[in-house]
Amino acid sequence: MLTGTRPLWQAACIALASVALMASAQAEDTVKIGLILPMTGGQASTGKQIDNAIKLYMQQHGDEVAGKKIEILLRDDSTMPDHTKRMAQELIVNDKVKIIAGFGITPAAFAAAPLATQAKVPEVVMAAGTSSITERSPYIVRTSFTLAQSSTVIGDWAAKNGIKKVATLTTDYAPGNDALKYFKEHFIAGGGEIVEEVKTPLANPDFAPFLQRMKDSKPDAVFVFVPAGQGGSFMKQYAERGLDKSGIKVIGPGDVMDDDLLDGMGDAAIGAVTAHMYSAAHPSEKNKEFVAAYEKAYGSRPGFMAVGGYDGIHLIYEALNKTGGKADGDSLIAAMKGMEWESPRGPISIDPDTRDIVQNIYIRKVEKKDGQLYNIEFATVEAVKDPGKTKK
Amino acid sequence: MTLLTILFDGVAYGMLLFVLACGLAVTLGLMNFVNLAHGAFAMAGGYVCAVLVNQSGWPFFAALPMAFVASALIGAVLERALYRHLYARPHLDQVLFSIGLVFMAVAAVDYIMGSSRVFITLPDALRGQFDFYGVGIGRYRLMIIVICGLLTLALQLVLAKTRFGSRLRAAVDDPRAASGLGINVPQVFALTFAFGCGLAGLGGALSAEILGLDPYFPLKFMIYFLIVVTVGGSSSITGPFLASLLLGIGDVAGKYYLPKLGPFVIYTLMIVILIWRPNGLFGRAAAR
Repeated sequence: MLTGTRPLWQAACIALASVALMASAQAEDTVKIGLILPMTGGQASTGKQIDNAIKLYMQQHGDEVAGKKIEILLRDDSTMPDHTKRMAQELIVNDKVKIIAGFGITPAAFAAAPLATQAKVPEVVMAAGTSSITERSPYIVRTSFTLAQSSTVIGDWAAKNGIKKVATLTTDYAPGNDALKYFKEHFIAGGGEIVEEVKTPLANPDFAPFLQRMKDSKPDAVFVFVPAGQGGSFMKQYAERGLDKSGIKVIGPGDVMDDDLLDGMGDAAIGAVTAHMYSAAHPSEKNKEFVAAYEKAYGSRPGFMAVGGYDGIHLIYEALNKTGGKADGDSLIAAMKGMEWESPRGPISIDPDTRDIVQNIYIRKVEKKDGQLYNIEFATVEAVKDPGKTKK
Repeated sequence: MTLLTILFDGVAYGMLLFVLACGLAVTLGLMNFVNLAHGAFAMAGGYVCAVLVNQSGWPFFAALPMAFVASALIGAVLERALYRHLYARPHLDQVLFSIGLVFMAVAAVDYIMGSSRVFITLPDALRGQFDFYGVGIGRYRLMIIVICGLLTLALQLVLAKTRFGSRLRAAVDDPRAASGLGINVPQVFALTFAFGCGLAGLGGALSAEILGLDPYFPLKFMIYFLIVVTVGGSSSITGPFLASLLLGIGDVAGKYYLPKLGPFVIYTLMIVILIWRPNGLFGRAAAR
């Protein structure tokens, strides 16, 4: 019996060995990047923007860097963190990727964090925006933003610009609560007063009763954070109820006024003031080229998620350049720390201590330009580090 | 006056729930078929209206009837092709079948239309609010109340007074005896089912502005349809109608006066009513 099975074993061993050889031979000149994004489901626009931006970058800069060929393996986690985890595992173990990237929502970034630590594979977060993400693993680097960055800035701005009383309307989930917390801290410290605080359920059909409450509390402004997609519904109903005419301003972090959705919201959105790291109308040469190239390739405006992806792939390219093509996790992370460059959003860098992004936060107002709605930047707070880190 | 504004918003919301759900009350209550895919027909109507208005430039009021017609046609085709094979099957089979249909509809719409939220461009006359003795009246919501009110009346008349209504009731109560009397039972069922789907489609088109329209619509609002039918009882149209109003007003008022508890008011109402009347407000004990 034993002798009978032996040839089978030998064959299997030889097969395995040759597969391993082939894999290692391939690994010599190819750097694989596992890109995990929500391509279907409620967050699909995030995934599509990032995927588009990465393709655009690779068209512009070629798929070779430091003598290595870059190969992207795209996986769709359809916004389910358990899928994210399984996909990250498969990509690291079976496909031998050197970097995992993407991550549309915070729980997805969390789910992959232990794998990044264990396998010493850099995790480049291109979208998810909760502060604590980069604290979950020493291999996480972020190129998007944190909600604390924009919410504290708009809080300070509101208190300094004649807004005394604010009613808040935020969606009752982690990013909404983050936005509310950091806004409140800074707005109250600046002498402002919160007259009404409403948290709406995530699956919220109708804003009418909440908006009526906003109206009756007679604030100077409404601070709003709702998930992408609901922003349009919110602004429409805000106008329908006549809040715009009663002089109540809309302020918030910029997610609500994403360039992706802004023009579809209609004139109701005009005048909304938000703080954010990117606007398609950012007046720099670099951004004009980026927007033109993106519009030409995909027929739509890039939003802030696209910029997160564009800068994420740039970071990976530059890190490989710096290590001379060495693609182990520790070398790459060391190369990424402290890196500075000019992004379409303006000057940015990676904080060497927290591996989180340091960037300008712009205060913008929605205005009509050439028949379309844009966030027009009118003030800048330079080099904002994430204020939400618990470990200093 | 805020109280009256809230009441008005609640009535409009309730009416919308009614149009969305009454097709389900018809299939579930009159035909004894558990069609969880009801929301998919509503979504179809919403997208038909959106495409006609936004891309083909139809006026909104012309696109509304088309939303009804399109969903009714889809309903009729699916009824002949798929649903009728399941009339005699246990409810569990019907549930599994129709929930599968929902997932297919979600994936198909996501693929064809994209996952972003769609807005229907409204005529200017329907935008904004006007002041009526201090009560804020939203124009769009007023239109919903008018359309849905008329529809309810028509529906009640059709079911109670017309020949078709009595045939339908006969076909439901005893299909064998009804066909013995010369009623074409399958045809009556097919028409009824298609009509229910058409109502859902109209509801979907009307609700896009208020509830939002995306491929997840059927999953997001399935629970609301079911609550309306459960609370209202499924043996008549008046039951779901009053239930929709009660739930609509309860939901809006709850979210306004008790924003921290708001989303739970609708469930609390449902539980209290079902403890008090297990067959729903106007339910009779199970027909079969």
